[in-house]
Amino acid sequence: MLKNITLGQYFPGDTVVHRLDPRVKLVLTLVYIVALFTAQGVVGYALMFTVLVTCFALSRIPVKTVLRGVRPILIIIIFTAVLNIFFTQGTVVFEFWIISVTREGLYAAAFMVTRLFMLITGTFLLTYTTSPIALTDGLELLLNPLKKIHLPIHELAMMMSIALRFIPTLIEETGKIMQAQKARGADFESGGLIKRARAILPLIIPLFISAFRRADELAIAMESRCYHGGEGRTRMRVLKTHFRDYMALFGGAIILAAVIMLRRVLP
Amino acid sequence: MENPNIIKTENLVFSYDQADGSMPKMVLRGVDLEIEKGTFVAILGHNGSGKSTLARHFNAVLLPSGGRVLIAGDDTVDSSLVIEIRRRVGMVFQNPDNQIVASVVEEDVAFAPENLGFPPEEIRKRVDEALETVGMYEYRLHAPHLLSGGQKQRIAIAGVLAMHPECIVFDEPTAMLDPRGRENIVKIIRDLRDNHGVTVVLITHHMEEAIDADRIIVMSDGEIIMDGLPREVFVDIDALRKTGLDGPETVTLLHELREDGFNLPLDALTVDECAEAIYEALRKQSSKKED
Repeated sequence: MLKNITLGQYFPGDTVVHRLDPRVKLVLTLVYIVALFTAQGVVGYALMFTVLVTCFALSRIPVKTVLRGVRPILIIIIFTAVLNIFFTQGTVVFEFWIISVTREGLYAAAFMVTRLFMLITGTFLLTYTTSPIALTDGLELLLNPLKKIHLPIHELAMMMSIALRFIPTLIEETGKIMQAQKARGADFESGGLIKRARAILPLIIPLFISAFRRADELAIAMESRCYHGGEGRTRMRVLKTHFRDYMALFGGAIILAAVIMLRRVLP
Repeated sequence: MENPNIIKTENLVFSYDQADGSMPKMVLRGVDLEIEKGTFVAILGHNGSGKSTLARHFNAVLLPSGGRVLIAGDDTVDSSLVIEIRRRVGMVFQNPDNQIVASVVEEDVAFAPENLGFPPEEIRKRVDEALETVGMYEYRLHAPHLLSGGQKQRIAIAGVLAMHPECIVFDEPTAMLDPRGRENIVKIIRDLRDNHGVTVVLITHHMEEAIDADRIIVMSDGEIIMDGLPREVFVDIDALRKTGLDGPETVTLLHELREDGFNLPLDALTVDECAEAIYEALRKQSSKKED
């Protein structure tokens, strides 16, 4: 049950997409989202879809993995589709009892679903091809200017990387506590939603206690290793931008421009 | 003249207020201690004897309630010196999981030199050296949570070594390890003292790990009650037992044999010495019978 948590799953590889500077990838993901929401009409969507497929092909992430990543949000996609199909006004193409389906509704649903699907898969590409450390490093460096207005960027990045570091440790611990509780007759698998939620309680409390104890010990260990916040701290790995990074940014800009142009030309 | 003591405490007292507001709890009651550079000192004591609390004063994680702690002459109370004190006196803790910060081995070892603000090439050099010293260089790109307890503890030691400390305090580093992991860590600790000139303070309740020490300090109820060479301390088995500790298995065996009337020395600490002593005693006895 706990093994299939795919939070921020990273697929190691050595493709162009993997090697891009994480900062560039973060910016490009933002550009991609903006472009996706700007895109209009079949041509605009087709362009974005081509971009998405090209990026996935370059990163050599298997299609199966991509589809599996979409599964958890399938309900949201279906819900959006249903809402759009049944609640859009316009020319009626199909009527049954109090339900009426309009042509506009079908169009809207198709576009919304495609957009959502592309949004999710596109942003997943970032976490698939960037290790969590690179991602937090990139985020910290990108947001660095915000330190000027006293936002605790370094602290946030540090918290994020420690959280990532402790996910496997806490999952392992949860497994151990679960077994200990099962050995004493706890039942996590049967019963309705409420009964199951209640069964989780004796799991959560020991887990919290242990997490706090760990946090305390980690803080002492970090201080013992001279941690004193972000001030004066250097990094072993320094991010360097290469020619390919500038090319990728250039490509992103062109696509965004193209999408905006298409909006004007083909309203 | 250079200060020969890396650590010096003067009448060190530590107490904390209790939650119910009653008398403050005394953990350390006036500890006077000098630890010379380059030595291997083992601090023994049962749970609650104050040995871990004492250790945490050595790198200014805890500050004294009374008395002073001097690290190479610097008072730990001076907050402008704290970073330098922590760099000089590294600390390895019991639970390896709770002292690893990063999700890649080499990133974790780099944590301390990064905090100290070294340039990237220098950090790289220190990380590689430290990982070589603990024999974990091949694992530099692994995820720590997939390693064994002993391996994780070696990473933690490397993380401290990368600061180039003069002294490392080990706070029960083997308590959570299996026998093989324990043996490995003990070997590394010995290597650090012998070949890297690091002063070692080992806090433990495994007597066997303390046999190799240059000096043994026994604590009980916040005070130092025994201080001397392993041969001197372990031989006084009655005093040890009074503090809730037991001697090493070798000494315990010799002690019991003596009570059964064998003429044996008590100060044969290692297994080899002990076997030799028993063999010698048996040989004498059998030759006596033949006479």
